[in-house]
Amino acid sequence: MARGKIKPKLPQSSDDPRVSVKLTVNGEEVTREVSVRMLLSDFLRHELGLTGTHVGCEHGICGACTIVMDGKAARSCLTFAVQASGREIRTIESLADPDGTLHPLQQAFQDCHGLQCGYCTPGMIMNILSHLESDAEIDLSDAGVREILAGNLCRCTGYQNIIAAVRRAADHMAPKAGQE
Amino acid sequence: MSTRLFGARIKRNIDPQLLRGEGSFIDDIPLAQALHVAFVRSPFARARINSIDISAAVAHPGVAAVYTCDNVGPLDIEMPLLIPHSSMHDARTQRPLARDDVYYVGQTVAMVVAVDRYTAEDAAALVDVDYDPRDVEIDLEKAILDDAPLVHDTHERNVAAHFVQVCGYPDSAIAQAEHVTKIRVQVDRSTAAPMECRAVAAQFDEVTGELTVWDGTQAPISVRGGLASIFKLDEDKVRVIAPNVGGGFGQKVLLFYPDELLVPMAAMQLGRPVKYIEDRRENFVGSSQERTQIHFMELYAKKTGEVIALRDSFLHDTGAFIPYGIAVAQVASTSIAGPYRIPNIWVEFKAIYTPTVPVTPYRGCGRPQACFAIERAMDQLADELGLDRFEIRRRNLIADHEFPYDREGLIFADGLKVSLDSGQYHKALAMMEERLDAPSFAAEQAKARAEGKHLGLGLAFYVEGTGLGPYEGGHVRIHPITGKVYVNTGLTSQGQGHDTVFAQIAADQLGVKPEDVILVEGDTKAFDWGVATFASRAAVVSGNAIHKSAMIVKRKALQAAANMLEADVGDVELKDGAAWIKGTDRKVPLSAVATATNPLRYAFNEAAQAATQFAPASRHDGPSLDEGEHPGLEATDYYSPPCATWAYGVHGALIEVDPELCSVTIRKYVCIHDCGNMINPMIVEGQVMGGIAQGLGGAMYERIEFDETGNMLNANFVDFLVPYATEIPDVEIHHLETPSPLNALGVKGVGEAGCIAVGAVVASGVEDALKALGGGTFRHTPITPSMIHAALDAA
Repeated sequence: MARGKIKPKLPQSSDDPRVSVKLTVNGEEVTREVSVRMLLSDFLRHELGLTGTHVGCEHGICGACTIVMDGKAARSCLTFAVQASGREIRTIESLADPDGTLHPLQQAFQDCHGLQCGYCTPGMIMNILSHLESDAEIDLSDAGVREILAGNLCRCTGYQNIIAAVRRAADHMAPKAGQE
Repeated sequence: MSTRLFGARIKRNIDPQLLRGEGSFIDDIPLAQALHVAFVRSPFARARINSIDISAAVAHPGVAAVYTCDNVGPLDIEMPLLIPHSSMHDARTQRPLARDDVYYVGQTVAMVVAVDRYTAEDAAALVDVDYDPRDVEIDLEKAILDDAPLVHDTHERNVAAHFVQVCGYPDSAIAQAEHVTKIRVQVDRSTAAPMECRAVAAQFDEVTGELTVWDGTQAPISVRGGLASIFKLDEDKVRVIAPNVGGGFGQKVLLFYPDELLVPMAAMQLGRPVKYIEDRRENFVGSSQERTQIHFMELYAKKTGEVIALRDSFLHDTGAFIPYGIAVAQVASTSIAGPYRIPNIWVEFKAIYTPTVPVTPYRGCGRPQACFAIERAMDQLADELGLDRFEIRRRNLIADHEFPYDREGLIFADGLKVSLDSGQYHKALAMMEERLDAPSFAAEQAKARAEGKHLGLGLAFYVEGTGLGPYEGGHVRIHPITGKVYVNTGLTSQGQGHDTVFAQIAADQLGVKPEDVILVEGDTKAFDWGVATFASRAAVVSGNAIHKSAMIVKRKALQAAANMLEADVGDVELKDGAAWIKGTDRKVPLSAVATATNPLRYAFNEAAQAATQFAPASRHDGPSLDEGEHPGLEATDYYSPPCATWAYGVHGALIEVDPELCSVTIRKYVCIHDCGNMINPMIVEGQVMGGIAQGLGGAMYERIEFDETGNMLNANFVDFLVPYATEIPDVEIHHLETPSPLNALGVKGVGEAGCIAVGAVVASGVEDALKALGGGTFRHTPITPSMIHAALDAA
């Protein structure tokens, strides 16, 4: 579009009914007015600017959009923003220290070369984190770790290094004897 | 420099950013007030369009514009044919938006631009298209019959290209053969399925007249050239950026997809940023696929098993259009004899139009099909001659002293001759025999069988022409303030770790830490000479270009430092971010050396203050820069390979088949591979392992299914089975390093290697496992439980 031409009149918003949502994201309370059908993934990414959560399939199979909601891994692409109202959400952006120091799980991914393009990684990490932080005992056998990862697709790595990263992180995060 | 970084397992520079969720994939880039695109796509595989009514969509609240072929101006064209070839006539390419006809389910017919994607999709559903469906033939072998419905009326029997290549004297060799083995093999259609689907965003700056396009492409420089040409813009006013890209695997090397042209057009017309974020279904029905080939191969041999001639005739499915030319079929046909001596070759292909998603290279690019054909044929020949599968290969593998081994008459996809340059094929095979403990396998198999278990040994060898030209460049500069090294090249990365391996190459020359080398690529404003990331070529072509540039910068840095330190240049070395007089503690930081080479320096920083202590850099006689002298420590150089450099490897597996469940379990998988000198073995292993996982998908799970009307039945991740961690076994990877004689770094490509042999390995192992049950032959991938069931049923 050239300068000197009258700008076209373009719409600014849709006709969607809107709803107020109030939730806690990464420890901070947020309130927004959003379309009733806005997905939680879009809400996090485009309303809040937390673009670390990725969208890979929009039908709940690939796990790239996984976040932690009230302590459990959840698919943000299968959740409406309004469904998250009143909930407590953690995304990948909450893991590293403010100075950028990686969380032990993130560090394990780097140490083990557990990522290539990095697109599936945030969802993968949030899913694993929900297991590592849960009170339930984790099965760190080969089959056990694969089962933990069974909701996340990765097209780059062939998973072997991710499995190594899970074990390494579990090792680093486990309370040392006598510290409990 | 103390230790060589080339060859070291250096952790990746890019990881912390990606791990913190701070990557910049296209939809992560904030564009104020961006409009969003949704497409109206054809529901028919072949139809005539009678009319398109967009009135309801235009009137829908929140819609900014609706486009059809009638209002896209210069884009109402057939898109460019990227690689012309004499074997094609009137090669057909797609229009950004269909005019009169549609040729596959998913073809773009209209584009809606609205305030958000939700609204754009609502409005797309309101576009009323009146179609007149036509007959179609989806089956490749039926599509070439006289009475088959045509995809394009211009192409009889749907033949898009026909090409024959000959090496040696196949006719006379065939006359001397003592045994012939004939085989038909088939590989089905698959798709790259990168985790990030394709995406394009564009913004037009009215003040500067600059069009910026963020495109998840593997080839931003070419995209820029096309955009500038088609829109008649000054090339310098178009900037194409491929930021972080979530996997490509070849699918993102094709240009143009309709959106890559239409989105920039809309951004220029509407004066607001516009973005198109492809969803997963669209990636299935709208983005390129690959693989379907049917080979009829004949091996002509002596009684000893020595193969003296090969004839192969194959059908290649190119989908509804052939925008990438014959590249996939050409790579298959020139890789057809694999690692074997076979001096006489006749290979023919027909590329066939089918009313399906267009076919362009997907990781492997014809090699998996060629490997499947030759390796299954070799197994069959061994079986017919009563030879062991290792033995038949030993008798035909090219020996070390025979390199370079030319296949005169075969022209590779780079337009140059096929010349297998180096390798240790026999050693690789021997390593595999040992790793699988092959000599004792028969006993193990018999023992398992006695316990009711069915074990098989799978084996396949592959070769891969890598590092294709024509060229790439490298720009290297030492930053005067920080002393950090900036490197640019014309490629893009989709996860291969360029920023780390190229850092290792530059850091070795300049004596800095790899994390102090900053790579900027995938941005035409950063570096705009070069080709693209594809064909396992980045490490070879850009790697060597960056190596050459870094050597020039090293020379300049040593000279400048020698002047500053008042030492002989031969006594100066670069290490730990500084120039040192060897064997002493006298040094000057690289930042100061870089600063001192700039005649203008305000003392803004420590480097400048340090540099000012070295008076000799400031002359008082004549101009500060001599004629031909440049400020700073930087250089640009290029590398153009003489021809492809050939990597290879052998994969083997111990496979268990459960004849009741018809399930396949891989008990052990071993990969021996050789990609020349490795820059970073950790990254090489990651590439190989990822390729093997993708190969296993193709071998056992992933098949694009069309019904007879051409509708894709599994255009989603529920039904198209990309393997999870639960499907991929642990893999043992062993390296051989035969340096490439063709380039200074001695490297060969590895990006595609992993996926090539897997289908042949699995088929070979399943066949072996079921032999005692009369399971017959497995010459068609993916091998599904239904196929195993059918084979056992027929036994």
